[in-house]
Amino acid sequence: MSTAPLSATPARRRPKGAAAGRLAVLPLLLFVAVAFGVPALAMAYGAFTTYNPGKPSAYTMGNLTASLQGGYLDALIGSVKLSALSALIAVVAGLLLAQAVVTSRFALLRKAVLSASGVLANFGGVPLAFAFIATLGNAGMLTTRLHLDQHGWSLYSFNGLILVYLYFLIPLMVLSVIPSLDGLRRQWREAAQNNGATAWQYWRHVGLPVLAPSLLGGFVLLFGSAFAAYATAAAMVGATVPLITLQIATALSGNVSADATNVALAMSLDMVVIATLVMVIYIPLQRRSARWLV
Amino acid sequence: MAGVTASALTTEGRPAPSTANGGRPTGSRGGVLAGLGRIRWGRGSVLLISALYFLVPIGATLWFTVDNSPQGFSLDAYRQIFTVPGLWPALQLSLLLAAGTIVLVYLLLIPTVVAVRLGSPRLRTVVELTCTLPLVVPTIALTAGISDVLRWCNDNLAPTPFYATFLYAQNANFPVVLLLAYVVMALPLAFRTLDAGMRTLDVRTLLEAAQNNGASRARAIVSVILPNLRSAMLNTAFITLALVLGEFTVASILGYVPFAVWIVNGNSAGQGPVTVAVSIVSLLLTWLLLFVLSLGGDRRGSTPAQQ
Repeated sequence: MSTAPLSATPARRRPKGAAAGRLAVLPLLLFVAVAFGVPALAMAYGAFTTYNPGKPSAYTMGNLTASLQGGYLDALIGSVKLSALSALIAVVAGLLLAQAVVTSRFALLRKAVLSASGVLANFGGVPLAFAFIATLGNAGMLTTRLHLDQHGWSLYSFNGLILVYLYFLIPLMVLSVIPSLDGLRRQWREAAQNNGATAWQYWRHVGLPVLAPSLLGGFVLLFGSAFAAYATAAAMVGATVPLITLQIATALSGNVSADATNVALAMSLDMVVIATLVMVIYIPLQRRSARWLV
Repeated sequence: MAGVTASALTTEGRPAPSTANGGRPTGSRGGVLAGLGRIRWGRGSVLLISALYFLVPIGATLWFTVDNSPQGFSLDAYRQIFTVPGLWPALQLSLLLAAGTIVLVYLLLIPTVVAVRLGSPRLRTVVELTCTLPLVVPTIALTAGISDVLRWCNDNLAPTPFYATFLYAQNANFPVVLLLAYVVMALPLAFRTLDAGMRTLDVRTLLEAAQNNGASRARAIVSVILPNLRSAMLNTAFITLALVLGEFTVASILGYVPFAVWIVNGNSAGQGPVTVAVSIVSLLLTWLLLFVLSLGGDRRGSTPAQQ
């Protein structure tokens, strides 16, 4: 890559800098290839092969067929529905909360919310499941005080799980959208106001279009983490909602049968395909609106 | 893009353009104030509902841990934290893994975010794609893949000298397998956080200024870029800490017993109140730590890039 220095902006395109840049990125790429690439390829390979200890593996479509039938298929559909709906709610709620925090006069509130979001979004499902069992479980504080069970409430239902998932999805949305909200220049709003725009018109024609890429990105991120969530459901023993992650874990544990592990690999591949589809829908949309990104 | 960032930096210090319009008729000002008033009202209700939604479960959990039905109020669950068997080894393992994960994430990502900021758009695309990949493969799928690799190694490596390495990687005191998985899981968010931190800096100008003053590129990165990246780095560290402390999927399926797995195992083994107490204390402690650090991070001199 030793191009002649004919570029009009030599400071921008320095071959030496580009080479150094690639060198700096190399360890990351190598690491991902080993720690992520190898297991991912093993999963894809295992999904299409049989496993018999001592015998060579043979190619088969049986695992994938089995993973898309009966209870496994129900679990996959249940996971997709739960993730899409909870991600959608969390995008809206998270945006509102983030905007309320960003425009707040209290710097302390912003710090408290940001740090709490960081913890809740990443701490995972175990404390979360316990907290909701204590609040809204069968013997939970609110369930017994407000006699919610008489109104048909169950934490272990589809709606119950959505309520629990929002507890980590909303913070995740807050974290992912706050940088973009900070990026909305005060001047744009003032320019809109000086031209007589109402707050609604400002959001409709300036704010939301500029935020669109981050909102989309947020939705994909949220869908991905809801789809992948396992600990919450696993710790909420007795949940009756079929989820693909629970099915994979059961199959992997080896309690079902020896070749169930390869069906688990096939189910994992199904998950990857769905997550990839969501990502693929997102990328062109993001490109289209990325020119507004600051 | 650099131009936009630079103008954003300079406008911070200038009086807001609206003051230039201060001489306008009061009608438009009233409109602005009315708009502000309406937004503030909306914000109040958003904050109130959020506070209820997020605080009530925590309050109910605390209530559950101190409410000992027959006798009433009791702090037994919290007293048992110090004596219950298995908690400290599990916590130690988690903290060790967290430290290792944070170090590896820094070593891999900090050179990357600097390079991405200075490099071509193609480099950015490659890196963004690499750091998004783990989002496409859910944790449980990664775990399935890892357990498949481990099974293959177990079947095929036994006669070879690599077997010792393989066993070492699964050592229960410091499972390297978990460390690798956790770094992979931390990558997407850590990259986003660090990259967002870099976006607020005009890296090229900062580097050129430092290099004009005689600093080498490495020196410029360490002593000019990194200090400006401090809050993003702190955030990354604590989000990673929270991730590792709370991680359950990989560890439980591969059969290790770090913190979160101990909590769930103990809970189903009948140690209900203690495990709930431990989980809520760990949650609140991590939050407190992150909060205090976010306060301290600002006090030590703020840069113009941080609002």
